[in-house]
Amino acid sequence: MIWNETMECMSRDDMRKLQGNRLVESVKRVYNNCEPYRKRMQEKGLSPSDIRSLDDIVKLPFTSKKDLRDYYPFGLMSAPISEIVRVHASSGTTGKPIVAGYTRKDLEIWGEVGARCFTAYGIRKQDVVQVSYGYGLFTGGLGAHSAVETLGGTVVPMSSGNTEKQIMLMHDLGAVGLACTPSYALYLADALADSPYPREEFKLKIGAFGAEPWTEGMRKELEEKLGIKAYDIYGLTEIIGPGVGHECEFQNGTHLCEDHFYPEIVNPETGEPVAPGEMGELVFSTITKEGMPLLRFRTRDLTSLHYEKCECGRTSVRMGRILGRCDDMLIIRGVNVFPSQVESVICELPQLEPHYLLVVDRINNLDTLEVHVEVNEAFYSDEVNKMLEIRKDVVHRLQSVLGILPDVKLVEPRSIERSQGKAKRVVDKRKLQ
Amino acid sequence: MLIKQLSIFLENKKGRFTEVTNLLGEAGINMTAFTVAENSDFGIVRLVVSEPEKARDLLKEHRYAVSVTDVVCIQMPNVPGALAKIMTAINDAGVFIEYMYAFSQGETANVVIRPTDIDKCLAVLGRGNCGA
Repeated sequence: MIWNETMECMSRDDMRKLQGNRLVESVKRVYNNCEPYRKRMQEKGLSPSDIRSLDDIVKLPFTSKKDLRDYYPFGLMSAPISEIVRVHASSGTTGKPIVAGYTRKDLEIWGEVGARCFTAYGIRKQDVVQVSYGYGLFTGGLGAHSAVETLGGTVVPMSSGNTEKQIMLMHDLGAVGLACTPSYALYLADALADSPYPREEFKLKIGAFGAEPWTEGMRKELEEKLGIKAYDIYGLTEIIGPGVGHECEFQNGTHLCEDHFYPEIVNPETGEPVAPGEMGELVFSTITKEGMPLLRFRTRDLTSLHYEKCECGRTSVRMGRILGRCDDMLIIRGVNVFPSQVESVICELPQLEPHYLLVVDRINNLDTLEVHVEVNEAFYSDEVNKMLEIRKDVVHRLQSVLGILPDVKLVEPRSIERSQGKAKRVVDKRKLQ
Repeated sequence: MLIKQLSIFLENKKGRFTEVTNLLGEAGINMTAFTVAENSDFGIVRLVVSEPEKARDLLKEHRYAVSVTDVVCIQMPNVPGALAKIMTAINDAGVFIEYMYAFSQGETANVVIRPTDIDKCLAVLGRGNCGA
């Protein structure tokens, strides 16, 4: 089903016109209400009248994550604090977080785009959805919450943690949908298997997972372990939170809610737009937001955009799989390594559990990469050679994908930390020295 | 005779095997023999215990990677040449040994063997009257 056919199935031409009109209005709004944007446009010799259609967007300056830190907390708001009804903040691991302010209308938009996502996953008014994203500053919990409420479904606002209770309520309340991070879903899958309730007593059939990159292999793992269909929900705190995009039943990319968030792909080095379908850095301009509208925000996510109509009937642009964040990229012995590459290898091997930890270090001026993996219970052997064969296989596959030789360590079952929020997959000891 | 051996995968970390011995000790499970096969990262502890199934369940509960393997345990007199006789019989039958370990006390000696072909190994030992 489609929540908003008018917007989700609009012709490409009409969509561009709508986006153009909304962009023009949005530029006026930030120019008139947000000093840093006004100054930046003036530095480029731009005034709002120079932006007349979507084609003019390339004239506009970019916004970076650094800008959001520099103007912390409210510097990039285009609405007075009296109009802001809520704030969220990203999990800043270093220093200050990024704060986003929402007006009442922004929250309505968030609910609307969220309802599109959950409708696409197959959630209906009569369904119970357990929201096991963390509630709080993190956009995951309240984002998924308002999505389900807007749609008319029944929300169980579980938040993360308290796993036994999660399983009990999922069972007792008959949750059809589960919304959480994919790594927490894996954790819940193990807990569900260990629980006293047989799987057939659960009604669970749909997973809405996001807030961290995950691979096809992890999707398969989740679908098998939980006996559900797993969908990706995409979002960023800076843009609005979960609901910026979603998969449909064909799972051929992530449909973006582009009538609210206009996407571009640019070359991450030069900032120049790339041809449609080409890989590059995803850039968003919010074109309906009031609280903190951002122009050409550089997400650091590497992906591609596809404009062909989808089999599901939606015409909205689809984003390809996110290869990684420019920021997640590790440079090891001069080679670019993305944790997602390691994940794809690990999830392909039935001998391994889908958990891993990358430990990067520098020993005698040489970068080292250690990959910790857990062997699946069924594959533990009493023979050292068989264990070493598994390790050799992993080393070979990783080497062919990464282009560098990693050291693989087989570790004991469940010894890699299971995260209840975003999974910590990398320890870079080089930064600590 | 055919016996059950426990195999436990352990990372080479301080205190890991101590934990195993404590768990088994507290549960009243006695160890008859054990050996460790190790490399730089991990070890595989092979154990012969009084109640292998109970021990396996207990260790699984505590999240150890543990499996039960069939092995052959042979009793023989603790005298020179006893093992040679058995090894010769096994070797002549073309049975390969993955690993083995032995212990002796007083008059008797015991050898635990993990052959590639368990049935063949047992058959050979039966014929050779080696006490298996």
